[in-house]
Amino acid sequence: MSKTTLELPPDPILERREEIQKRAAQTLGRRTLVSKAFLVMLVLMFLVALLPLGSVIFALLQKGISSISWPFLHTLPSQPSLIDQNAIGGIGNAIEGTLIIAGLAALIAVPMALLIGLYLSESSSRVGDFLRAIVEIMTGLPSILLGVFAYEYVVVPMKGYSGLAGVVALAVLMVPVIAKASELAFRGVPTTLREAGLALGARNSRVSRGVIIPAALPGVITGVLLSLARAMGETAPLLLVIGTSISWAWNPLHGMSALSLLTYDYSGSQYPSQRAAAWGVALTLVVLVMILSLSSRLISARMRKERR
Amino acid sequence: MKTSDTDTQVSRSDVAERIRLSATSDRPYQLLLRGTALFFGAVIVLFVWSILHTAWPALRAFGFHMVTGKTWAAGNGPYGALPLIIDTLLTTLIALVIAVPVGLASALALLFLIPQKVRSTASSLIELLAAVPSVVYGLWGVWYLIPWFTTTLQPFLAGITGGAWPFSGAPVGFGILLAGVVLSVMILPTIVAISRDVISVVPSELIEGGLSLGATRSQVFTRVVLPSARTGIFGAIALGAGRALGETIAVAMVIGSNPQIPHSLFSSGATLASTIATQFGEATGSTTNALAALALMLMIITASVNAGARVLTRRAARGAQ
Repeated sequence: MSKTTLELPPDPILERREEIQKRAAQTLGRRTLVSKAFLVMLVLMFLVALLPLGSVIFALLQKGISSISWPFLHTLPSQPSLIDQNAIGGIGNAIEGTLIIAGLAALIAVPMALLIGLYLSESSSRVGDFLRAIVEIMTGLPSILLGVFAYEYVVVPMKGYSGLAGVVALAVLMVPVIAKASELAFRGVPTTLREAGLALGARNSRVSRGVIIPAALPGVITGVLLSLARAMGETAPLLLVIGTSISWAWNPLHGMSALSLLTYDYSGSQYPSQRAAAWGVALTLVVLVMILSLSSRLISARMRKERR
Repeated sequence: MKTSDTDTQVSRSDVAERIRLSATSDRPYQLLLRGTALFFGAVIVLFVWSILHTAWPALRAFGFHMVTGKTWAAGNGPYGALPLIIDTLLTTLIALVIAVPVGLASALALLFLIPQKVRSTASSLIELLAAVPSVVYGLWGVWYLIPWFTTTLQPFLAGITGGAWPFSGAPVGFGILLAGVVLSVMILPTIVAISRDVISVVPSELIEGGLSLGATRSQVFTRVVLPSARTGIFGAIALGAGRALGETIAVAMVIGSNPQIPHSLFSSGATLASTIATQFGEATGSTTNALAALALMLMIITASVNAGARVLTRRAARGAQ
């Protein structure tokens, strides 16, 4: 009987693996330390990201509340003079102007945007793709460009600044945002629902009205309220086109006042009283905007819950 | 007396008739949708035309000097937009340098590090930043950041370089640096929200694979998560840049409205958008045309950046499927 010994040839892969394992074990302590430091840094940077928000809210509350009073909210502004520098009056007409301009803009934009959203959600043609691209690019364009547009087509022909020009600018600004949001909401409705509607013999229009729009309502409402909140806070286009007003301006064909614009104007005023009041105007504006964005959340959350 | 039975009975021919009707009389609906889409398309064409048309006299009179000219003077000209373009790009760059690392860190923290209980609250806090109107950020910059810049940040930065470039000049607060910092706060929510979305679709197999190979969490973040989400992250950065390039009111309030080529980050300046905002009201004749030319430049820049962002975020979404 002879004994045979089997000698394994050296395995390069095995050697390499051992090498790697050795290195990994050696560096483990250092790597864990680096990792921990890195993670702590990430969380710290996140807290830094929240800092400005805290500061803005603090500033609004601290400086805003002191200049807000009931008369401030419902009376007309007055012009401070050298004799009475504190006579700034109220911001009633600015609140009214903001609500009218944004409300009218929504009245024009919402139906149009819903129809465009429906069109985009149903079409798979080249034209639809093109329109979708345009809508998406429009949502990112600077709002001041729409100020130039409204100036050319409303202010110049009407020979004067007007709330209407602001309405036009804001409406064109709102349409792409709502159309995008509602297209997403319409696409989220299961195809089976649409097909069930069609199978019952309903027309496309009836299915859209009776099935698609109700089913997509939470998403649509969120889009509408968020875009309305954004429109209310817009300053740049209004600065170019709405002019100003120091009285109750119910007619959108004349100059109007708006909270966002008033904040801007007051912040650059020569009177310290008006500069301080800018915070009161800003707080009023932020409260209005926040009511809209919070209610959009609540409404969509509640409607989603009810569906289940 | 009729029974309810006969009321609801529909004959077969009725159904057939209805199907035929629904196929043909859907026309008004389709026309309405198409008509609205067409109408909006026409509004967009008018919008582009209004800016082109108003800018045309200035473009014809000054030609390419409008882009390369170094002096901008409202009133009688010259209308050289180079300082405005430089300031626009520079403020956006500062905003990105601050907001991209902070935004990516926040997105990672939101997804992987913050305790589950406070995650949605923390998320909505960041989104709240986006709901604040830009004029409020401008006001905040004027009242809170300018004092802090003059007394603390600018002397500190000047101390680092010994008062040399890029932190030279008087620490007056307002200027390019302040505008960049305010913009960084304003674009942060965009960057956080979109990079959070694209990072959340990185397959968990990749992350677990990295961890099971013995990589630490930070190694997995920097070598697995961020690289595999990079297309979408670039999209998020491009969207943020688009917002920063076109932001108007907040910048107009803090940049000092001084159209000059900056010699340091402490210099005052003026961007394309802020110049339109501050000078359009008093503008007449050739100045209006020149401002419309600025609007045209701004439109071309932001539209291309947004189109790029769209391509990137779409590609990222397709890659994730």
